[in-house]
Amino acid sequence: MTGPGDRERDDAELGAQAPSHGFRKGAFGVTGSGDTSGFGGLVRVEPGGAVALHSTDRPYGGYFDEVTDALIEAVGQATYDAAVQRVLVDRGEITYFVGREHLLALVQALRDDEALRFELCSSVSGVDYLDSGGPAVTPGRPRLHVVYHLTSMTYRRRIRLEVAITAEDPHVPSVTGFYPTADWHERETFDMFGIVFDGHPALTRILMPDDWDGHPQRKDYPLGGVPVEYHDATIPPPDTRRSYR
Amino acid sequence: MTTTSDPYAGSRETTEGRVYTVTGGDWDVTLGADQHGEERLVVNMGPQHPSTHGVLRLVLDLEGETVTKARVVIGYLHTGIEKNTEYRTWVQGTTFVTRMDYLAPLFNEAGYCLAVEKLLGIEAPQRAQTIRVLVMELNRIASHLVALATFGMEMGALTGMTNGFREREMILDLLEEITGLRMNHAYIRPGGLAQDLPEGSVEHIREFLRIMPGRVADFHRLLTGQPIWQARLKDAGYLDVTGCVALGVTGPILRAAGLPWDLRKVEPYLGYETYDFEVPTADTCDAWGRYLVRMAEVNESLKLIEQALERLEPGPVMVEDKKIAWPAQLSLGADGMGNSLEHVKHIMGQSMEALIHHFKLVTEGFRVPAGQVYVPIESPRGELGYHVVSDGSTRPWRVHVRDPSFVNLQATAAMSEGGMIADVIAAIASIDPVMGGVDR
Repeated sequence: MTGPGDRERDDAELGAQAPSHGFRKGAFGVTGSGDTSGFGGLVRVEPGGAVALHSTDRPYGGYFDEVTDALIEAVGQATYDAAVQRVLVDRGEITYFVGREHLLALVQALRDDEALRFELCSSVSGVDYLDSGGPAVTPGRPRLHVVYHLTSMTYRRRIRLEVAITAEDPHVPSVTGFYPTADWHERETFDMFGIVFDGHPALTRILMPDDWDGHPQRKDYPLGGVPVEYHDATIPPPDTRRSYR
Repeated sequence: MTTTSDPYAGSRETTEGRVYTVTGGDWDVTLGADQHGEERLVVNMGPQHPSTHGVLRLVLDLEGETVTKARVVIGYLHTGIEKNTEYRTWVQGTTFVTRMDYLAPLFNEAGYCLAVEKLLGIEAPQRAQTIRVLVMELNRIASHLVALATFGMEMGALTGMTNGFREREMILDLLEEITGLRMNHAYIRPGGLAQDLPEGSVEHIREFLRIMPGRVADFHRLLTGQPIWQARLKDAGYLDVTGCVALGVTGPILRAAGLPWDLRKVEPYLGYETYDFEVPTADTCDAWGRYLVRMAEVNESLKLIEQALERLEPGPVMVEDKKIAWPAQLSLGADGMGNSLEHVKHIMGQSMEALIHHFKLVTEGFRVPAGQVYVPIESPRGELGYHVVSDGSTRPWRVHVRDPSFVNLQATAAMSEGGMIADVIAAIASIDPVMGGVDR
């Protein structure tokens, strides 16, 4: 991507205290490649970033209001307000951004309450939001997200819970006590992102070899790969190729 | 010490005790030399094994024939597909994702493309949706045939394997005609399909629909009434509805436990709500029920293909929006398949905009608005879910695939512990995991 020299020039030119994340420099994502098109000087503001920091106001529409009301009734308004940091309804799906201290209380209510009945935990996975979020990115912010997709077979509903943690303290309580299916999902999330699920019966690597170092699906972990040699040319691995972004 | 001259035979001391390499005909040496006199044996099956459905490693604690503990070790086929999609454009994601569950590749593609289309806020044209249903149901039959064929082989009914694969060849021929490849087609693209059905393929599909019911009946005659087959499968790999839902198991296993949970009926996509088909269930919760459910699903898929053929109307197979639609058309020329000359003439001679669109879409790709979606579809093995996150750029930020085989394989321990070692094979075969999907 951009080299250190370019980054300094970026900040100096723009006079910004904002970090270079949030600004995309150049049209082709690579410098020093003999790009004579002139597009190397292009500076674009990154779109809002993957972490949409806004939230949706009530009413949410569809069954989302019913679910939210039932959840508030099950855990109590105080716990709900403490637990749920914001709610986002986008593209027909609802996401509750939850703090990790209250995750298990919410999960228990979601699974057991008669009006909620989210019996099936479809998926537990991680997302690394390093360098995303536009110019509002601050260092030390919670970049690792654990995403829970819950399905209610009784009511045919789906919701998503999202817990954000920092890489310095990547601990989240495990939901295997409520959803045994989360066993392998959490192992995979630990393996790929380094998120430690407290209370998991056997948190070990599942896809990578057991003694592997590092967490491959974090954004600061390289893709890997070797250059492929052809008769006249060499194709570099995908993360170091010139890319048209 | 053994009396053979085999350099690999014999035993050695390790930190966990004495490890024996059993080469055959030496049980007396192995068990006789066991100083502790325990009945407990730890047996390692795989990852290289003809009956573990791919590169799957099972570590079984045995007390005689009974399995006291079954541990499943996976990850031998992990190729980093999810991470790779973050370095490619959205359209290139199809070619990666199709290689996960390699026996049902069109389902992988369809789930991914439905997720991308949901993020884009577009819908593929009607003809594209109908053809997607058509090829997906063909693929469902092919996948179930592999499941049934390998099920037969692993139980020892080898003719079941040859029969199942013979029918699958017919389907692979059809898919080769339609998509150009027998497997991993990269046919379903965001916005529609790579290309339309070629001339003559509809007749060939009808031909297949004429032949197939007889073949399914033959398969029934071969296995279903066979007493050994029934004895091997009944009560093997038992898992009831509570166990299934707790372990997140979906698909034929859940339906064999009695719950008619099929995402094509519960959360229809691609117009499935307008098709007339049943969801077969069984109430035996064991490998026998799963066998019956898969056989019945093959028949339901044949009905769906028939209906899809009826409703094929002429029309576009790619979305209209030129900023998203894959620009190139392929056609068969004198030297094989390549860019259609019509298309080349159009972009080089007739339309500057078309040339620019072609260039920008192939090099950069289209931009997808920021956000995340979770789109589940019903693959032959269960709920195949795609959690796709976009940051507004031309590349995915994160693609996580909730693969049904990955989740279903967790149930192995619950199904096998307490049973006999031969039933472990039956249980895993009835789960029908595809290691490409398990490991990604």
